[in-house]
Amino acid sequence: MTPPRQPPPDSDLTLRREILDAAGLARTLRRMALELAERIPQEGRPLYLVGVRTGGAYLAQRLCGFLAEAGEPKPLLGAVDISLYRDDVFRGLPKPEIGPTELPEPIDDRTVVLVDDVLFTGRTIRAAMDVLADYGRPQAVKLAALVDRGRRELPIQPDVVGVAIETTARESVRVLLAERGEVDQVVLRERRA
Amino acid sequence: MTGFAHRHLLGMEPLGAAEIAMLLDLGDRFLEINERPIKKVPTLRGKTVINLFLEPSTRTRTSFEIAAKRLSADAVNISGSASSTVKGETLLDTARNLDAMAPDVVVVRHAQAGAAEMLAGRLRASVVNAGDGAHEHPTQALLDCSTIRKHKGRIDGLEVVICGDIRHSRVARSNIWALTKLGARVRIVAPRTLLAPGLEAMGAPGSVSIHERLEPALEGADVIMMLRIQKERIGGALFPNTREYSRYFGLNPRRLALAKPDAIVMHPGPLNRGIEIDPAVADGPRAVILDQVARGVAVRMAVLYLLAGGDAGPSE
Repeated sequence: MTPPRQPPPDSDLTLRREILDAAGLARTLRRMALELAERIPQEGRPLYLVGVRTGGAYLAQRLCGFLAEAGEPKPLLGAVDISLYRDDVFRGLPKPEIGPTELPEPIDDRTVVLVDDVLFTGRTIRAAMDVLADYGRPQAVKLAALVDRGRRELPIQPDVVGVAIETTARESVRVLLAERGEVDQVVLRERRA
Repeated sequence: MTGFAHRHLLGMEPLGAAEIAMLLDLGDRFLEINERPIKKVPTLRGKTVINLFLEPSTRTRTSFEIAAKRLSADAVNISGSASSTVKGETLLDTARNLDAMAPDVVVVRHAQAGAAEMLAGRLRASVVNAGDGAHEHPTQALLDCSTIRKHKGRIDGLEVVICGDIRHSRVARSNIWALTKLGARVRIVAPRTLLAPGLEAMGAPGSVSIHERLEPALEGADVIMMLRIQKERIGGALFPNTREYSRYFGLNPRRLALAKPDAIVMHPGPLNRGIEIDPAVADGPRAVILDQVARGVAVRMAVLYLLAGGDAGPSE
């Protein structure tokens, strides 16, 4: 078995480059919101956004704001926590805080849009889909990701992407958000040799 | 999340306040799973939990079994009458044989104080104490603390009455440890024959007081925990008859009125209606007894998750 992929500690990382600054992040999310409104068929019902905790949940909230700004109907906003559905619970990963899964309405027969900050191996999204399956049977599940950094290990593709970049295995993408007390920014960092 | 640096759960005594709080927080998270249409998460898939219950139990054994199953672990139940102990096998031999089948957690209930601790040093599996004699019953204390925290919003600073057969009660001991560590003051109430020595020394000085009459102890109480009178002790030297006990130590509506207006009434079950608790109280609006049961599943999920879920480390 391959060893678990731990997010490297900050001290092991050097900054390669900034992918988005605060203005770029806002611009990208605004465009994603418009793409969602245009491309996700809703049949007269509001969009149903479900953020993957924790980063994706904040981004889903922001997408709601941008949709409202654009005069679109107010979307339903939910969040899933995948801690209990990970495929690496027992492989030495630090135990994250388990947050609640909140779905404001039944997801049966709805088109649900999962929102995540960084799409990487696809394992997080696999787990998020398993969570949804335990709550109901959506008509379709779509995926919106702020950053697609490639290097997928599962056959999962996003429907709406903010930024797509190529990365190496030693690189790490980090989305810094004001909601967590950080300055809005997306950075590419690299593990020290 | 802070780490949980224990491989076994043997009692509340060895745990720190932060560890107890972490277990309660985690239990609150698991509550939600029990409300879902599909009450199961895949977290402990492939893990095995053996419930080795060598004393009668419905509630605790079922609760551990449901907790394991809702986390997708395989649960195997062994009860006293169905085990080889009736053929004369010792607890340790039974447990070693079970351990050879590679379970991840063994949940044990035994009449002898120290049984779980004895096994913890000798098995590869993690051991959870589900009651050992009159010593400890840690998951009962966790579910009680969880229930108190829900209804009172805190535990620190509360006045908690524990009334009943203290002498033989592991529930009382585990609760005294847990509640005092979390900052509550505990008033122990029992007839002198059903008290035990050394209870005051379990908490910080002044946090545990002993009372031989119920009424004065109820004044200003936030929580009233009534313990079950064990029928097998009735008629013995310690405990002459139930009518007399009920007259002095039973919780009825008149006595309940002495506590704070928003005091809650708890009972670990099974209830002896009309002995330690009047039906009007047990079924009344202040009783949170079924809430305790519901939370029992959630805190046991938290315990199994931490023990079977591998190393708990600091979060990112």
